[in-house]
Amino acid sequence: MAQNTPLNTEKPTRNIYQFGEASEIALATKNLHVFYGNNEALSEGDLQFERYKITSLIGASGSGKSTFLRSLNRMNDNVATVKGEIMYRGLDINSRAVDVYEMRRHIGMVFQRPNPFAKSIRDNITFALKQRGMKDKEQLDAIVESSLRQAALWDQVKDDLGKSALALSGGQQQRLVIARAIAMKPDILLLDEPASALDPISTSQIEDTLLELKEKYTIIIVTHNMQQAARISDYTAFFHMGKVLEYDETRKIFTRPKVAITNDYISGNFG
Amino acid sequence: MRRLFDEELADLDASFTEMGMLVSETIGKAVTSFINHDRQTAQEIIDNDSQINQREVVLEKKTFEMIALYQPVTIDLREIVTVLKAVSELERMGDHARDMAEATIRVKGTKRSASIEKNIAQMGELSKTMVKEILSVYVKDDAQGASEIAKQNQAVTDMAHQVRNDVITQIEDDAKLATSGTDYLMVAGHLKRISDYVTNIAEWIVYKRTGKIVDLNSGSSSFI
Amino acid sequence: MTSSILTTENVKLYYGDKEALHDINLSFPEKGITALIGPSGSGKSTYIRAINRMHDLTDGVTVTGNFMFKGKNIYAPTTDTVALRKEIGMVFQQPNPFPFSVYDNVAFGLRIAGEKNKAVIDEKVEKALKQAAVWDEVKDVLNKSALSLSGGQQQRVSIARTLAVSPDILLLDEPTSALDPVSSHKIEETLMNIRNDYTIIIVTHNMSQASRISDRTAFFMDGNLIEISPTKELFTEPKEQATQDYISGRFG
Repeated sequence: MAQNTPLNTEKPTRNIYQFGEASEIALATKNLHVFYGNNEALSEGDLQFERYKITSLIGASGSGKSTFLRSLNRMNDNVATVKGEIMYRGLDINSRAVDVYEMRRHIGMVFQRPNPFAKSIRDNITFALKQRGMKDKEQLDAIVESSLRQAALWDQVKDDLGKSALALSGGQQQRLVIARAIAMKPDILLLDEPASALDPISTSQIEDTLLELKEKYTIIIVTHNMQQAARISDYTAFFHMGKVLEYDETRKIFTRPKVAITNDYISGNFG
Repeated sequence: MRRLFDEELADLDASFTEMGMLVSETIGKAVTSFINHDRQTAQEIIDNDSQINQREVVLEKKTFEMIALYQPVTIDLREIVTVLKAVSELERMGDHARDMAEATIRVKGTKRSASIEKNIAQMGELSKTMVKEILSVYVKDDAQGASEIAKQNQAVTDMAHQVRNDVITQIEDDAKLATSGTDYLMVAGHLKRISDYVTNIAEWIVYKRTGKIVDLNSGSSSFI
Repeated sequence: MTSSILTTENVKLYYGDKEALHDINLSFPEKGITALIGPSGSGKSTYIRAINRMHDLTDGVTVTGNFMFKGKNIYAPTTDTVALRKEIGMVFQQPNPFPFSVYDNVAFGLRIAGEKNKAVIDEKVEKALKQAAVWDEVKDVLNKSALSLSGGQQQRVSIARTLAVSPDILLLDEPTSALDPVSSHKIEETLMNIRNDYTIIIVTHNMSQASRISDRTAFFMDGNLIEISPTKELFTEPKEQATQDYISGRFG
């Protein structure tokens, strides 16, 4: 991986730091610590995320997995102190010098509750693109279609793109939110329990969508649903009391984990 | 989400069938080399036995993973359980083929009986065919066909008894047949066991299709 | 099957003109856990809400059919719905403790019912919290606000509040879907503890939860009851293809 990052330079400027080439490791954290006030919520977060793979972060409430995920695209900036490096294409994106908005275009986030804008389906997707100055209608239409197709929603909404996003079902709304994230052409998609508010059928559709998307994106997903982690992810990280206790191929974690606490957790033996 | 699981299930079935073909071929070779006193082929069978065992391990591991990762229910679970049980049966068949090959290497220059060997060859042909057919009904998910194949076990049993009677009669006439006669008995026993295992697989195919655990090994079929 | 504590026959429910439940016939033996599963919109939540007349509060909803609870018609004009909901209590998806202390949450129903004896209330509060398997965690903070507890603890306090008034039937509408696996597990343990004391009807999206804890499982789809079977049978040998498809994740 390219190592050309000037760390913690104090120049708060835009676009001086160019992202380097993409590599097999899409994202890597080094020595990540997160503090809420004096309370250390995450320590020893050292993980490398392989490109075009799905990695699940599992663990009990309060184990630090969501805190970790939110740190990855700086969602914790105003609520916590995040120390350590988050290396993305040769840059430490935890550096103050990085333009957070530019970075989030590369590393998008989808939340637990579907949160489409109270706008039409089309506008949900074009909103941020227009903000960035894209005006060409054909180009916008093309992105709307390709994003919705990738999120496996196109066939259901193509005849009614002017309809309010809020009229969609919960599962459809969540896929619209994923389409909205994809429209920005990110490298990495972060998902924070994206299916926990959905029924099994919608959940299954979201899972199918993610499996399609990993052809083009690196996906990191926090889930409370261990079967979901088992079904869809290539790698699984088990968080426990603010630490990454075990990180391995999903099939290894779910058949022969190395750590007894991981074994207890995934077998539902919660003491 | 099913797609991924279905793909893995299809892979599992394919690997299982492949292992079955390998075992069926090995049984055929084991019988032929015994009849033809072909020690070189017998040695190959012994050397390759670890391949069969290796396939069993790989398939078992795969089934464990699928159960752990997908927590299958109903027909999916039965299909995986069927593979898990049936690979053990295939592996044991492989062991019997190896034991036959060892008998081939052991027997040399002793006096032999053409008439008994002819019966053994027939028995071997029937056992091998049963293995092939059981794989075919597994693929077709044909419970009725599985039950039909299991019925052939009786014919193998009858042939094994015939071999035993012939061996006893012929040794009484000519004591020099004692050494090869013992091996004839053992080989007939191996083939009989192989057809018992085919019957077990047939029972699992019925289970896979219907969810009912049945006993297809009816009546007296004991030999060794 | 033992005698039923609750029998529902020819149940139909309409939102305006639209029929949302189609002729449901389902009865519940005393004690034990029945799980209701099915896709969103299948009618399972709508159905259990009809059991303790929660739809009374919603305009435009019409419920028809017979609901017999211990020999009485639930939908008789003379039914006191407050008393009914004491006998048939409900726990919701989101833990909903009142903004009172833990103790007052659980004592609330008893006081409404007219209980004034402090010793009796103390005893019943303790018993309910123990049944709900949350006593050890809250016994030293009974005077703290229930809202300061974790989500899983709040949900168990909600269960204790429902149990305190000694209901016959406990209805639970996706009680763990807002909780993490550890908290869900504790709720499941709670339900297993009390399965011999109450008739429990639980709506869940979590199929492995249904298979772990319930004695019987009912599968709903499109407003129809497709199948009800002992849980072991439903998850190994379902009678209907639609059930088989749903529980094995074949969603078409």
